[in-house]
Amino acid sequence: MKKEEVPHDKKIIHGEDNSLVKVLYVTNQQGEYETTQYEGWEAENLAMSQAWDDIDEKVTQTLQRVKDGELSPIAYFMEKNLMDLPTLSNYVGSWKFFVKKHLTPAGFKKLSPKKLQRYASVFNISVEELKHFNG
Amino acid sequence: MIIDNFQHKQSAHCESGVTLGLLRHYGIELSEPLIFGIGAGYFFGHLPFIKVSGVPGTTFRIWPGYIFKRVCKELGVKMKVVSFSKNEKGMQALDQALESGLPVGMQTSVFYLSYFPPAYRFHFNGHNLIAYGKEGSEYLISDPVMETVTRLSAADLEKARFAKGFPAPNGRMYYPVQTKTDFDLPGAIRRGIKKTCWFMLSPPPPFFGVHGIKFLGRKIKKYPVKLEPRKATLFIGNIIRMQEEIGTGGGGFRFLYAAFLQEAAQHLNNPALLEASKEMTSIGDAWRSFAFAAARVMKERSGNLSSYDELGEMLIQLGEREKVFFTHLKTLV
Repeated sequence: MKKEEVPHDKKIIHGEDNSLVKVLYVTNQQGEYETTQYEGWEAENLAMSQAWDDIDEKVTQTLQRVKDGELSPIAYFMEKNLMDLPTLSNYVGSWKFFVKKHLTPAGFKKLSPKKLQRYASVFNISVEELKHFNG
Repeated sequence: MIIDNFQHKQSAHCESGVTLGLLRHYGIELSEPLIFGIGAGYFFGHLPFIKVSGVPGTTFRIWPGYIFKRVCKELGVKMKVVSFSKNEKGMQALDQALESGLPVGMQTSVFYLSYFPPAYRFHFNGHNLIAYGKEGSEYLISDPVMETVTRLSAADLEKARFAKGFPAPNGRMYYPVQTKTDFDLPGAIRRGIKKTCWFMLSPPPPFFGVHGIKFLGRKIKKYPVKLEPRKATLFIGNIIRMQEEIGTGGGGFRFLYAAFLQEAAQHLNNPALLEASKEMTSIGDAWRSFAFAAARVMKERSGNLSSYDELGEMLIQLGEREKVFFTHLKTLV
């Protein structure tokens, strides 16, 4: 890519500027390679905002299901922290089988204070916030 | 405690950048393209069955850690590499190394690196950075993809170093313990090129190297039939991100490699490599065109058969071009 063809498209995600000044390898007028900086490119910005749209939608859907009493708050915070079942079970140090149970309101109620604390610290919130979560 | 003669240099890619930063501190001045080329970082792989949040994995580079390991071996650099099962021990060892005046490379998760813009912070556990000091409860960080040096709280750094998931960093840290300056640079360059030719041409079909590119092309052609439109655009979007966003220097490392070939031509006194560099630039441009076309398809959300067919065809042609390229490159070194 030639230096003069480098795009400069700011990365606006969630209505905020998420640009990161990065290095690009480009050729100058003599055809020699050098580095230049850029903040984003339309194509990659679009790919990233699409990925976030997908995450946001999942979070909203999960939140609704928590409110409807189908899922526990842990399910919401899992999505909110961009985790999936294997990642979350790794973080809390429990088998996936158990974590899956904790995603249901019934399983959530049975959680010991110690386990609740474990989940809360993984999500970087207080136990109260997790226990009395109301969206 | 600050290692004040440590110099930060922004790079395109984190692993080659950290290698560059650490070696430079010990007087080994190599450019990022040379490190990337000697480390045989160039690659392609598409693994439809390894899914990251439901999206099949695509890579434009060799597996994490390989560049670093290879460059050290080629240049006769001895590295101390340690992992930890306990967080406290890992943080203590870091402090001790910094106390002794050693800049330390570390494997971290981007999710906890608060200096990144929020939209970049995914659970990617293969990010490398250097700590070159500590002040109070803050570490002084030289993250090669950042424009300038930055700071990170001890709590965040601990979380980033001991993130869970795949690949778990387990507090991995590394620093040179012995370096030498009389290494065989032309030989290292030549062997790096040979290795990349091997990686691109030799793996059996279909997932890796030039076969992998064509394989992904054939897969994309089937996306509108096999996937719902939303999924198809997510899959396509992920390829663009792997190619452009995660610090590749543009065109999925292809421009970085072209820059390497240009430098290699000088070191090996081989003008044919200059021609190869031009062709590699043109291949990189073709990858950029692919990303541009893919973004257009994503935007339309049409699920249009012919547009996916075009994308797939672009990759099949790229696979063929890279095949011809590396078959030729192999004969030049």
